[in-house]
Amino acid sequence: MKMLINVPETVVADALRGMAAAHPELTVDVERRVVVRGDAPVAGKVALVSGGGSGHEPLHCGFVGPGMLDAACPGEVFTSPVPDQMVRAAAAVDSGEGVLFVVKNYTGDVLNFRMAQELAEDEGVRLATVLVDDDVAVADSLYTAGRRGTGATLFVEKLAGAAAEAGAPLERVESLARQVNESSRSFGVALSACSTPAKGGPTFDLPPGELELGIGIHGEPGRERRPMMTSGEIADFAVGAVLEDLRPTGPVIALVNGMGGTPLLELYGFNAEVQRVLSERGVPVVRTLVGNYVTSLDMAGCSVTLCQVDEELLRLWDAPVQTPGLRWGR
Amino acid sequence: MLDTAFFRRWLALAAAAVDREADRLTELDSAIGDADHGSNLRRGFASVSAALDAEPPATPGAVLVLAGRQLISSVGGASGPLYGTLLRRTGKELGDATEVAPGRLAEALRAGVAAVAQLGGAAAGDKTMLDALEPAVAALGDTTESFAAARDAAEAGAQATVPLQARKGRASYLGERSIGHRDPGATSSALLIAALAQAAEEEA
Repeated sequence: MKMLINVPETVVADALRGMAAAHPELTVDVERRVVVRGDAPVAGKVALVSGGGSGHEPLHCGFVGPGMLDAACPGEVFTSPVPDQMVRAAAAVDSGEGVLFVVKNYTGDVLNFRMAQELAEDEGVRLATVLVDDDVAVADSLYTAGRRGTGATLFVEKLAGAAAEAGAPLERVESLARQVNESSRSFGVALSACSTPAKGGPTFDLPPGELELGIGIHGEPGRERRPMMTSGEIADFAVGAVLEDLRPTGPVIALVNGMGGTPLLELYGFNAEVQRVLSERGVPVVRTLVGNYVTSLDMAGCSVTLCQVDEELLRLWDAPVQTPGLRWGR
Repeated sequence: MLDTAFFRRWLALAAAAVDREADRLTELDSAIGDADHGSNLRRGFASVSAALDAEPPATPGAVLVLAGRQLISSVGGASGPLYGTLLRRTGKELGDATEVAPGRLAEALRAGVAAVAQLGGAAAGDKTMLDALEPAVAALGDTTESFAAARDAAEAGAQATVPLQARKGRASYLGERSIGHRDPGATSSALLIAALAQAAEEEA
């Protein structure tokens, strides 16, 4: 497997150095692995901090900036960051109004952020945590670690970030983040496995004529393998799985997300099928975002996330955002 | 009695074993996880060795507490907090004693394993590191000879994870497809206990 890297050990640090060069508006601490918006701490504003394994870019470091995250901590590839990073990030962005941790539901992220919350609270930071767990492919959460956090992370970070930017207090930002998570569901499909730098090759074996349904974003296989399907058939399956769980009673925002190795030509074609299915099911789509946002290295494939919105959430979605990975309205 | 040098030797042997077996741990993790268990633990134990060399602690308890703190600060994922908690809690149980009887270490390790179970919310049979650690600490007694029995129990426990379905951690997302694979966390835990037995044999 050919990769555009030096050695696996320096992949994350090398990427951060390049990100710093491309985005002087961010403060990038390569050594300590913390990315902070350049004007932090912003007086009078609740701060949002997220983080997780690297390999999901632009999530999370690419979502740091006005209107979204105040700081992000990248871990090693597919590995949660460590508590020291999160404590440092929280201290760097806290203006005194408190900090919200946005945590994807994976055991490693949950444990490290929990330790970080205790340590940061010892230092006097007011903290709240919201857990993102939107993946409907995880069938029985009673016998697993619970649902994975995937595409809804973008919605939580964007909408809660907009509320914080508008001056909402910590309790409101937190309850809104929870509402967004509860209003969002995702389903993912892989056409190929991804390749981690540490392993140097595909993380699982997927024959050319088959696809995996119900994958996450860490190179793990899905729940079910089937012969290759058309874009329309995949949309029927994925959107069907999301709607079966979400059962929206109002308009939705649709995220048609690439896993990193699928070109926009295919993603836009897939989006046409997603819109068809939603229209057939009578679900009004008020906004759509198509692109690679919550990725899994070089995995080919896609995921669909639907977020049911009211007028307030739609207004927060349309609010200006200026980050490396998401920007509009300014 | 086990002195500070014994505990440093244990961790040095553990670091060497993790380094030697890192590729195998990563391979096991690629089957049901995300293919980084070996490289993460290798980074963590290298950091432990460096910290112990830089500021050699004076007591067995301090060795384990420092090692645990280093793992939490350098590993990430679930392994960092879980292994970090195991060593930190065991070290705290040992207190300020400059020498530790094997039976005291057994008690302390049992408390460390209980802390891991509480933090991760897992139990034996969930296909996690506890499937190696719980039989290991159950086999520990008042003599260093019991360390060899613990090593064998941990290895048998790790092997016994093969037919289990994972209920915790990332492997749980595979559901039934996690069956048939040996758990990487139980495997690395067996390495840690094997290093303990080896440290005792090299002393004898």
